[in-house]
Amino acid sequence: MATVSRREFLKLTAVGAGAVGISELGFDLAQAYQVRQQLRIAGATESHSICPYCAVGCSLIAFTRKDPDGSVRLLQIEGDPDSPVNEGRLCPKGATAMELAASSRRVEHPLYRPPGATDWQTVSWDFVLDKIAQNIKTARDRTFVTTDSKGSTVNRCEGVAFAGGAAFSNEEGYFAAKVLRGLGLVYLEQQARV
Amino acid sequence: MTNHWRDIKNADLILINGANPAEAHPVGFQWFMRAKLDPMRGPGNGGGAKIIHADPRFSRTSAVADLYLRIRTGTDVAYFGGLINYVLLNNLYHDEYVKNYTNASFIVDKDYDFKDGLFSGYDPAKRSYLTTSWGYELDGSGFASRDNTLQNPRTVFQLLKKHYSRYTPEMVSSITGIPQEDFLKVASLVGEMGRPDKVMTIVYAVGLTHHTTGSQLIRSGAVLQLLLGNIGRPGGGMNAERGHANIQGNTDNALSWEILPGYLKIPAPGQLNIDDYVAKSASKKLDPQSWNFFGTNYRKFMVSLLKTWYGNAATVDNDFAFNYIPKPAENSSWLTIYDNALQGKMEGLMLSGMTAASIGPDSNQVLAALSRLKWLVVMDPFPTTSSEFWHAAGLAPETIQTEVFMLPATHWIEKDGAFTNSGRWVQWKDQVLPPQGESRHDHWIMADIFQRVKTLYEQHGGTFPDPIMHLAMDYHNPLRPELDDLAREMNGKDLKTGKQMDTFAKLQDDGTTAAGNWIYTGMYSDKGNFSKRRNGTQDIAKNDPTGMGFFPNWAWSWPLNRRVLYNRASADLDGNPWDPKRPGIKWNGEKWVGDVPDYPPKLSPTDPKAWLPFIMNGEGVGRLFSNSLVDGPIPEHYEPMESPVQNPLHASVSASPVAFLYDKAAGRPDRFGSPDEFPIIATTYRLTEHEHYITQQVRLLVELQPEPFVEIPEDLAQEKGLTNGDLVRVRSKRGKMEVRAIVTKRLGSLQVAGKKVWHVGIPIHWGYVGIAAEMHPEQSQHWLANALTPFVGDANSRTPEFKSFLVDIEKA
Repeated sequence: MATVSRREFLKLTAVGAGAVGISELGFDLAQAYQVRQQLRIAGATESHSICPYCAVGCSLIAFTRKDPDGSVRLLQIEGDPDSPVNEGRLCPKGATAMELAASSRRVEHPLYRPPGATDWQTVSWDFVLDKIAQNIKTARDRTFVTTDSKGSTVNRCEGVAFAGGAAFSNEEGYFAAKVLRGLGLVYLEQQARV
Repeated sequence: MTNHWRDIKNADLILINGANPAEAHPVGFQWFMRAKLDPMRGPGNGGGAKIIHADPRFSRTSAVADLYLRIRTGTDVAYFGGLINYVLLNNLYHDEYVKNYTNASFIVDKDYDFKDGLFSGYDPAKRSYLTTSWGYELDGSGFASRDNTLQNPRTVFQLLKKHYSRYTPEMVSSITGIPQEDFLKVASLVGEMGRPDKVMTIVYAVGLTHHTTGSQLIRSGAVLQLLLGNIGRPGGGMNAERGHANIQGNTDNALSWEILPGYLKIPAPGQLNIDDYVAKSASKKLDPQSWNFFGTNYRKFMVSLLKTWYGNAATVDNDFAFNYIPKPAENSSWLTIYDNALQGKMEGLMLSGMTAASIGPDSNQVLAALSRLKWLVVMDPFPTTSSEFWHAAGLAPETIQTEVFMLPATHWIEKDGAFTNSGRWVQWKDQVLPPQGESRHDHWIMADIFQRVKTLYEQHGGTFPDPIMHLAMDYHNPLRPELDDLAREMNGKDLKTGKQMDTFAKLQDDGTTAAGNWIYTGMYSDKGNFSKRRNGTQDIAKNDPTGMGFFPNWAWSWPLNRRVLYNRASADLDGNPWDPKRPGIKWNGEKWVGDVPDYPPKLSPTDPKAWLPFIMNGEGVGRLFSNSLVDGPIPEHYEPMESPVQNPLHASVSASPVAFLYDKAAGRPDRFGSPDEFPIIATTYRLTEHEHYITQQVRLLVELQPEPFVEIPEDLAQEKGLTNGDLVRVRSKRGKMEVRAIVTKRLGSLQVAGKKVWHVGIPIHWGYVGIAAEMHPEQSQHWLANALTPFVGDANSRTPEFKSFLVDIEKA
């Protein structure tokens, strides 16, 4: 028993080798467990993810099901037993990742607070993106230095900063660095320091 | 990490400093426990290892350690320095490794000196060092002079001996508060680790980085590891446990002011062209047998990056658009951003997945800085203390003129792409769910903003739009680039054949190759995206053929799928592993086998032209002494900026003489507290159930750890008349918080420099946003732990000193 992995355990119970699951109470919990698992994730799509919290990099298996209306429902997140990093284990944060993934507390629409306002306005994406683009251009034009006091070409925008990215995928972070440097930003930061 | 999580089980001894992995990285901690407990002794299986935990607070890590040492926060240089002294005095270092694989034999410049707490070259007016005397004595060919007998008094070895001779067990005890007999127990265990058949790992986290001496705290551990011959070996190394899912990957990708992707330096003003940049940035070859691989290929990596970013606009004639890369005037890191905002120099700030108001340091000053911005953009799935900063305590929204944008961003699980873990393993994840509501991916938001800015320049003109106009956006949809396309772009390709590159060794500096991040080259060749590989523990015998835990076909690690950095140093001069039971790589007579070698795969170790083992730096060997940091070539103990005692080594230079003082430079009043007014040392940390601030949105986790608190040692609580559960006010020179007291044995007093001192401990996770805050709207106005922390950072990295400051405490 001690050497049976979770995956093998499920396989064993699936072929009806109930004996391995017989508890001290004398009845077979494994079958009940199997039935419960089947009800919950039967026919579900299995996807691979990585825990979003610390940088141990625990692998997750996410089970989803497409409902008749086309929406995708997250059924379960659990540790991936195949990962040489976590071997299926998760901490309290990883184990509750499902609640972070699908939450009624999310901000679902762009919000805008004009100067001096005491509350948010719900606005459109076009509204915020246009305003931010104009703000960046204005700040860039106003604070861009092409040549410094010593005559060196520096081509930098001093009036805009960016901080963030520890939750980005690598490729997003790479793209952000490319675009922000492209705009001339020099004040770039993420969570390595703080 | 030089090594990786699973590798920790290969260690004989695990030193943990500035970290609490059992609580902050609990799943990674299984490998520590396997090292200690695994009954299946043998290669790759560990077992019988000892754990030593040095920390101000007794935690669940301490509970399973073989030795727990209550150490004063910020004094680990003294601890490691004492161990270095012990190892040198008793000849316990790995002699062959030290002589051949470190710069012990290098002769240092004759003007180098260390006296009364200062290294040579100090300029008190500028609070900085001129580091020219920290170099080596060079011979006629520009190579460093060496004395392989290590007898010359100016060899690194002798200078190190002299420097650390002051770190006696008495001195270590006086600085750190660790009783001498406990320190000597550790020293005796550590001393055994210089034997070739033994190996020790050092594991740390932000408990070492978050200090004004953070870089040197880490370097002191690295120096000890080099002396013991433990760098490059399975079960060894210097291993940083990182705290966010992809902080490693996004450092690699240069979301950081001082670097470009792949740790190329950001060009500095005055570097006129790419050759000048390379000459001033790349390391110089300092020994005839040094390969100096990074320095030699620096130009190739930079040109390949510029070709990727600027495409056809990067030509030989325009120096590959080198001047499009912006050159910062000053350190442009976290603290500088808020300092500039406070001074009204910063117009706009974009935050993604991190909240300035909570992170601090000195949250009240950060809030003031946010109030002075013209505009603030927050991209996040949830409201944050920054998107809601105008509701913070003491701020009146109607008076705050900052225009605030809250952009709903997708979560990790709503997009694909790779995360790179602490051990440099790049692991791809699927898009599991569609975006919730109207939320959008951060990179699509950025792409869209960029295109709109570009359109504005096209329509209206403006200042030097060329870098914007020519930034390559060759994606199927430039407004919505796919992460798969970006992964391919990072990997790079041969521009003549269109084939994906399979190694950075083939990159060129003539504009015929492209690579967005050379250290990721090889991850996504024409053979496919290796970060998706999944051959793991479902078949250990097959997937871990060496038994060392490398799992070469599980995901991919940079560089080139190498699992242990500097692994040439895991084998002796003839190419045999120092410990045959724990091989990293081995020369089999024809090639190197084992891990992916950090060395030419077919270069015989006995070839007269064989390179020295550390191929990335100019020396070719590990650096016990280095001029790469601004605060000294050898780590020295300096007190935190706020400390209850004067430095026992040199009271006249008590704290770091080169840490940058933002308030002073900006003409603001000094806001460091004195021990008379604030006698108690405070430190901050995380709890298992929370991750920074986002978990304030997860009900199950808020239920597990519902409210903030301060941990207070029993005898201090008694002295202050505090009992468990009291509402207390914790004050520093900069701010206050009001939280419940937890009176505990986990913390205790220390005897430091003849004085009794206490620590209190403060978890960082609460603020005025989230589930707990909604339940306690009034109290949560005073929950920001970083209201207390000082606005000062490490002399090198400017990493704030979150982990050591002074407070007082009273009943609220």
